[in-house]
Amino acid sequence: MEKITRITGIAVPMPRSNIDTDQIIPAVFLKRVTKTGFEDALFHAWRQEPDFVLNRAEYRNARILVAGPDFGTGSSREHAVWALRDFGFDVVLSPRFGDIFRGNSGKQGLLTGQISEADASQLWALMEAAPGIEATVDLVDRTATLGNLTVPFEIDDYTRWRLLEGLDDIGLTLRDEAKITQFEKTREAWRPRTLPAR
Amino acid sequence: MGKTLAEKVWDDHVVAKGEDGNPDLLYIDLHLLHEVTSPQAFDGLRLAGRPVRRPDLTIATEDHNTPTINIDKQIVDLTSRTQIETLRKNCAEFGVRLHPLGDIEQGIVHVVGPQLGLTMPGVTVVCGDSHTSTHGAFGAMAFGIGTSEVEHVLATQTLPLKPFKTMAITVEGELRPGVTAKDIILAVIARIGTGGGQGYVLEYRGSAIRSLSMEGRMTICNMSIEAGARAGMVAPDQITYDYLQGRPHAPEGVDWDAAVKYWNTLPTDDDAVFDAEILVDASELEPFVTWGTNPGQGVSLSESIPDPAQYADPNDRAAAERALEYMDLAAGTPMKDIRVDAVFMGSCTNSRIEDLRAFASVIKGHQKAEGLRVMVVPGSARVRLEAEAEGIDKIITDFGAEWRFAGCSMCLGMNPDQLEPGERCASTSNRNFEGRQGKGGRTHLVSPLVAAATAIRGTLSSPWDLVAEGVAPTRPEAVATHSNSIGVDA
Ligand code: SF4
Repeated sequence: MEKITRITGIAVPMPRSNIDTDQIIPAVFLKRVTKTGFEDALFHAWRQEPDFVLNRAEYRNARILVAGPDFGTGSSREHAVWALRDFGFDVVLSPRFGDIFRGNSGKQGLLTGQISEADASQLWALMEAAPGIEATVDLVDRTATLGNLTVPFEIDDYTRWRLLEGLDDIGLTLRDEAKITQFEKTREAWRPRTLPAR
Repeated sequence: MGKTLAEKVWDDHVVAKGEDGNPDLLYIDLHLLHEVTSPQAFDGLRLAGRPVRRPDLTIATEDHNTPTINIDKQIVDLTSRTQIETLRKNCAEFGVRLHPLGDIEQGIVHVVGPQLGLTMPGVTVVCGDSHTSTHGAFGAMAFGIGTSEVEHVLATQTLPLKPFKTMAITVEGELRPGVTAKDIILAVIARIGTGGGQGYVLEYRGSAIRSLSMEGRMTICNMSIEAGARAGMVAPDQITYDYLQGRPHAPEGVDWDAAVKYWNTLPTDDDAVFDAEILVDASELEPFVTWGTNPGQGVSLSESIPDPAQYADPNDRAAAERALEYMDLAAGTPMKDIRVDAVFMGSCTNSRIEDLRAFASVIKGHQKAEGLRVMVVPGSARVRLEAEAEGIDKIITDFGAEWRFAGCSMCLGMNPDQLEPGERCASTSNRNFEGRQGKGGRTHLVSPLVAAATAIRGTLSSPWDLVAEGVAPTRPEAVATHSNSIGVDA
């Protein structure tokens, strides 16, 4: 996982509330066997509408999503995070997130910052006035800046630390690699081994 | 203060103790894989450029999507075929041992582990599958995990976990003839509810559990998850050792002796304290069957469908009403009046050799009820061969039932083995959820003995009914509840 400190990129407004994981990625895509290649599946139903915001040329390379409240509620599918990452998103800002979605995001390097509803409205207004405008999200300061407006966002200390260090769950565990190796040395001979096959 | 079995196994696997409420890092002895929950885990490794840390503690088999007929032909369903092919590719690339369709050790992952002697007391076992709890029958700490945890174990052979609470389920007394492990666990779940075990490791104890075979113990531990528990366990004893010794991957020689010495220390200490305790009187149990759409909605076969109005809890009442509507059943109907369209004998709950012997012992010499579809699916290719060596396949086909190849099959219908909409099935599997066995299908969970008697009579029945009607030459006393001695041995 890459370390995140500051991200600058095109911000896209999605002021709808209650964007659940089924809307982020419909169930039919869960049959796939990879963790990547989900960019086309992202917001699949809405992408069929020509004037859906992500279909507009100025948002093709968007990296920061500013969504309405209760983003990522519903089914726990991790695919929702993979799809957002595949499309190119590094950050989602919203006044409220689904818990499981938020947990999954932190593990996949997607920064989820909680902003106030008033700040969200201000950000949307600025984006609508200048479609394709870039925003800067600073994880060290916990702020998002768009033009002259800087708003604070909340993220828990642990997730923030992991993102700053670029540690996924596995990376975190592998910090204890020496202990794992030590444990393996004491593992008794009778314990199961699948190889060689007998 | 003494420790419980679960605490002992846990403590012996802590690689790093979690401080102030953080999870412990737990070492995993055995990682089982199947085609459904592993692809993205391997893909994650690939993306991060990580290897499988311990291919020698990892093993894969194909079970959920595999066909049970024409296994030499290409799989028609594209998703199924892709999942199988992806597993093959991943195992080859990462050096993981795989038992593909057609291999002698292929089968349901929870049948294959014990059969190879890989599942043993005092070890930790995980798999991206909720019924991993099955392996707890050996005194192992075994639980299901999600796909990102599968990736974690592949990469590190460990998992960060917070300790579970412990619950003792003590089943004392002698089971009546014709009452089996399946009836015990269905009755336990009906009593504590599908959420009753949440956050707990269940330890099954007491004289009734001690007298069960390994197959019976596996049936019970298998369904722990249906009570919401993370895992189920039974302390190892001579029955465990006898089952294990001599299997391909069981320890040998001095290793065996060292293992047994350690395993003998595992049973819960007398002064250990459980977080919760349940007591069940085995001698009161009867053949048990579900009427609803969750495994907790069950009654004794001699009873009638309960009236939803009798439930005090409004949620339970609403759930019962919905279930009866889906099942197309009326409150007050005697369970034995319910006619079925199909019987499914299989799944990781009841597809081991002993289950097939029990089923065969009842149907032997009979014809299946007219119009009934009866499917018998062994848990593994090896179980299939074993059954054929004993002539069980012949008993099954003479009866008019289908004798299939190994896999999950109609337990969840990911392959073509499915119920038609509206079809009603007596099934030895573990889940009676809406549409589980096929869209619109209706499931009654039963034991192999009840499945067999039902297949003969066409209505939900136990072997007791056969005797009462003089239909069967087999008196229920002759039908073993938990031993292999039922007269169809080779
Ligand atoms: S038999 Fe059924 S419950 Fe068991 S692993 Fe297969 S699908 Fe799951």
